[in-house]
Order: sequence, then structure tokens, then C-alpha cells
Amino acid sequence: MALSPEEVNHVAMLARLALSEDEKTAFAEQLSLILDYVERLNELDTGEVEPLIHILPVFNVLRPDEALPGSSQEEILSNAPLVEDGQYKVPRII
Amino acid sequence: MDLYKLTVHELQDKLLAGEITSEDIVKSLFSRIAVVEEKAQAFITLCEETAWESARRIDQQGEYGGIKGIPYGLKDLFCTRGIKTTCASRMLENFVPSYESTASKLLNEKGGILLGKLNLDEFAMGSSTEQSAFFPSRNPWDWERVPGGSSGGCAAAVAAGEIPFALASDTGGSIRQPASYCGIVGLKPTYGRVSRWGVAAFASSLDQVGILSRNVRDCALILKIIAGKDPLDASSADIEVPDYSAFLDGEVKGMRIAYPREYFRQGVTESIRTAVMKALRKFEELGAIVEEVSLPHSEYALPAYFIVAPAEASTNLARFDGVRYGWRDGEAANVADMFSLSRAQGFGPEVKRRIMLGTYALSSGYYDAYYLKAMKVRRLIAADFAEVFRDFDLIVSPTTPTTAFQLGEQIDDTLTLYMNDALTVPVNMAGLPGISIPCALDDGLPVGMQLIGRAFDEATLLKAAYAFEQNTDYHRLTPVPGGGINE
Repeated sequence: MALSPEEVNHVAMLARLALSEDEKTAFAEQLSLILDYVERLNELDTGEVEPLIHILPVFNVLRPDEALPGSSQEEILSNAPLVEDGQYKVPRII
Repeated sequence: MDLYKLTVHELQDKLLAGEITSEDIVKSLFSRIAVVEEKAQAFITLCEETAWESARRIDQQGEYGGIKGIPYGLKDLFCTRGIKTTCASRMLENFVPSYESTASKLLNEKGGILLGKLNLDEFAMGSSTEQSAFFPSRNPWDWERVPGGSSGGCAAAVAAGEIPFALASDTGGSIRQPASYCGIVGLKPTYGRVSRWGVAAFASSLDQVGILSRNVRDCALILKIIAGKDPLDASSADIEVPDYSAFLDGEVKGMRIAYPREYFRQGVTESIRTAVMKALRKFEELGAIVEEVSLPHSEYALPAYFIVAPAEASTNLARFDGVRYGWRDGEAANVADMFSLSRAQGFGPEVKRRIMLGTYALSSGYYDAYYLKAMKVRRLIAADFAEVFRDFDLIVSPTTPTTAFQLGEQIDDTLTLYMNDALTVPVNMAGLPGISIPCALDDGLPVGMQLIGRAFDEATLLKAAYAFEQNTDYHRLTPVPGGGINE
């Protein structure tokens, strides 16, 4: 199946990727190829098959609510591109 | 004596015997790096200062054993406290973590010395390291060929004598495929065997931390150190970690080994087929029972992986928003544009391609058709393995359909490139342990054999791999940069 330019725009918007026109053209073609390949999964009747969500049997993991040593505010902020008064700074929202 | 050529155990013996110091090893490795790194291009970051410091400290204490005083490398997606961790992406070019991954922490606690951070395909997405945002690594057996990927820097460095072992991650073959291409040992343990805490996430239901080493014995030693339950990784398994080294007795007598006929088709070259069949005969000579079996859903593993891996990647990589860390577009006037521009500039083409594919597969109206379908097929794949493991202890196949390809040869051909993973992906889909060991040379290039085990039965895997190694010489072959082979 071929992805339309509208679909590519929509997915890029969902993924928050500002793609160039060249990228959009290339991805439309490449994703269509991959989706065609993936189509072969439909050869299998999986009507009665339970999806395998977890490889291992899983159960809730609990621990006492104790404060443990972690990274400091300074350390956490040290990788932020823009910081002001100990907080992340982003373009105006409101 | 060129210390850089030695295995972890050989180095350990010499340290214990007082013949060498840890500083001697560090010196030998840095000298080796000075000679071959220009060609191999395996390292993103070298930790010279801290490596010398650690070696001196350990030598002053004067006690050795295990990996104490022995250097290692890390795929550059393991967070290292105070040391740049890039994931080979522009996005994280200047990222310095404030915490340490559990696996590297465990090595450090045992006296392992981090020598450097190794190249990969960006965020571990690729099969050649050509998707690294910085540079491609090269295969020490032929510098014009890829070392494989995504852990290509690790494999190139171990094969070229720059480092005795490295930790890496494997989502669809990222340890086993480069190990195969570079003629070394690569182990992907069972899903949940080793903590993933502090390792950049690609596809969380498939990712597993593992080892690249020069031989099976080293691999067993290191697995014992890094395996086990970690409170920081809820998916790590609370299952006893055996002393893997104790299983290495060279025996496979009575072991039941299956080889799936589907794994000898799927574009596998004639010489690789022949090489692995020959290896199977070796197992037979050693007393194993070898039989052909079928894993009927094998061909569906790769298309299902195309959905599962990108879908999980697209959600994992949603955290890169230009706010808390990573690349930030400084021009955007509003937050939405800042997200979209930062991500577009910070991620490379393969990462964007997979985010797009994953986002599409998870988008409204498509979830059932793609992700849910793939997860159902995943159960069929896991059931195939379970069926075979009712009667057999081990499954053996080629690791890759071909030997290492030329740099640039497949970069434009996405689908063909993904096919490199056809024989390794099913193992991740089923969460099983797999190891690649060298089993032949084909036209001067290493051929890898994959051994697949029951969940949490790495011991049998290592036992059989060790027995093969003891009765063959392929693991002793090392490349001479520029061509030829060193015995």
C-alpha cells in the first residue's frame, strides 16, 4: 500500500518531526515498501491467538516508599539546553 | 609479549602471577589503539585519564582476580556518570549522564576499567554502523567492509585488539551480527537476565544487554558479573544466576541439538550453509545428537519485528523534546515548533524512518492491524521455539545470511539491509538467549554460528559453545589489519 502525502504529513505531525519535502517523498516511498512487506503477516490466521505482550510472566513490582539517593537538581539541569532560575526554559506557551 | 592480544583470563593469570600490572595492560591497549584506531574508527570517546587513574589505584592495592584491573569498552548508549554518552546521535552529542548504568556499575565494582565508549548505529538502529551520526566503524578483517551493527564499534575494537571485551545491547541481532562479521564471540542473554537500567531504550520488549569477547570462557565470566535482578529495572528477572564458568567442561555428549531448516534458506549463502553444517557434524563427532527440525513461522519474525521495534522506538524516543536534554532548535517561536524542529535536526535518517513507521503503526485506526497483529504473530514464533525445546537442548543456525558486506553497499537499500537480521530477530521476539561464535572463514572473512537456548539457560549455550571452541581453532584466528591472518 502506498502512503499518500497527506498521511505522511499527518504521521510527521504526530511524531513531532519537521520533515523536509525531500524527506517526506523518500519516507512515503520507503514506508510503503516496508508496509507492503509487513502485509505478509496477514497470511496467518491469528483470530484465536493471544498477543504476546510480555515474554516473562509479569507481576507488580513493589518496594517500600523510601527516599533513596538520586541525582541533584544541578546535575539534572546540567544537560538542559536552556535553564533559568533552576528551571527549564522553553518558548512562551500562553 | 603483546598484552593487547590476550583474553581476559590470560590477562587475569598474568596479573595474579605478578608478571604484569594493570598499568601495563592499559599502556599496551592505548599503544594498540594509537596504531589501529585510525582504520577501525571504533571509539567515540576514549577515557584515557580515568583509565590510567583506575589502573594505578588497582596496582597500588596489588590485589587481582576476576576482571580486576582489566579494561573494557562500552557501546556508547550505556550511561556513564560524568562521561559523555552520545548514542551516536547529534541529539545527544553533548549529553553527560549524572548516573551510571547498572551493568557498567557492576563491572566497575569488580575493578573493571572503562577504556572508552564505542561507536554504534544511531540509537542502535542499523546493521553496519553506517547510521552513526559521526562516522562508520570498519571491519578489522577488511577495512573496506562494515563491522556489522548496531554494536559495530564494540566488535571492531575487540577484533582489532583495542579492548579485550565490551558490553553492548541487542534488540534484533545488534550483538550477534557484528560478532559474526568480526569473528568474535557475541552473547545476547535471555530477556530480563541483565538489567537495562541506564541503557538508552530502543525497543523495550526486545532490548537486552550482552557481551562481546574473544572467547566463550571470558563471556561466561562477565555474564556472571552483570546478570541478575536489579531493583531499578522492573523487567529484570529474579532468577538465580549460576556460576557459568563451572559449566565449561568441553562436553556435549548426549546433548540434543536441533537445526531449523528455515534458517538455512532465507538468502543464506552456500558457503555459510556448508560451514554451519560442518560445525554441526563436529558436534555430532563430540557425541551430541543432531537433528533437523522446523520453526514454521520463522519467515514472519522479520515483518513482525518491523512493526514491534519501530512502534516501541517511536514511543521511547518521544522523550527527546529539546527541553530537558539533547539538541534544541534555538530559533523556534513556539513550543510545538521547538519540538518538531529539535527532533528533525537532532535525529538522523534511519531514526526518523523508524519513528515514522512506528508512529504510523500505532496511530488511530491502525493499532489492531499492525501492532496487535505483530504481537499475536510473536506468540506463534515463541510457540515454535517452545515446541522444539520440548525435545532439544539447543538450536543451531548461521548467525547471518552473508559475511560482512562492503561499506556503502547496502546503505541505500533499506529492506535488504534489514534482511541481515532475519536469523537473529526471531530470538529477540521469543526473548531467548543466543550466542554467535566463529565457525569458519569464507574467502578470508569470518562466519558466525548462532546457538539458541531455552530461556535462562545460558549455561547450556555457553557449555556447547565452549566445547566447539575447544575442538576448533576459529576463535584463535585474528585479523592482520590490511589483510592476512595471524595465528
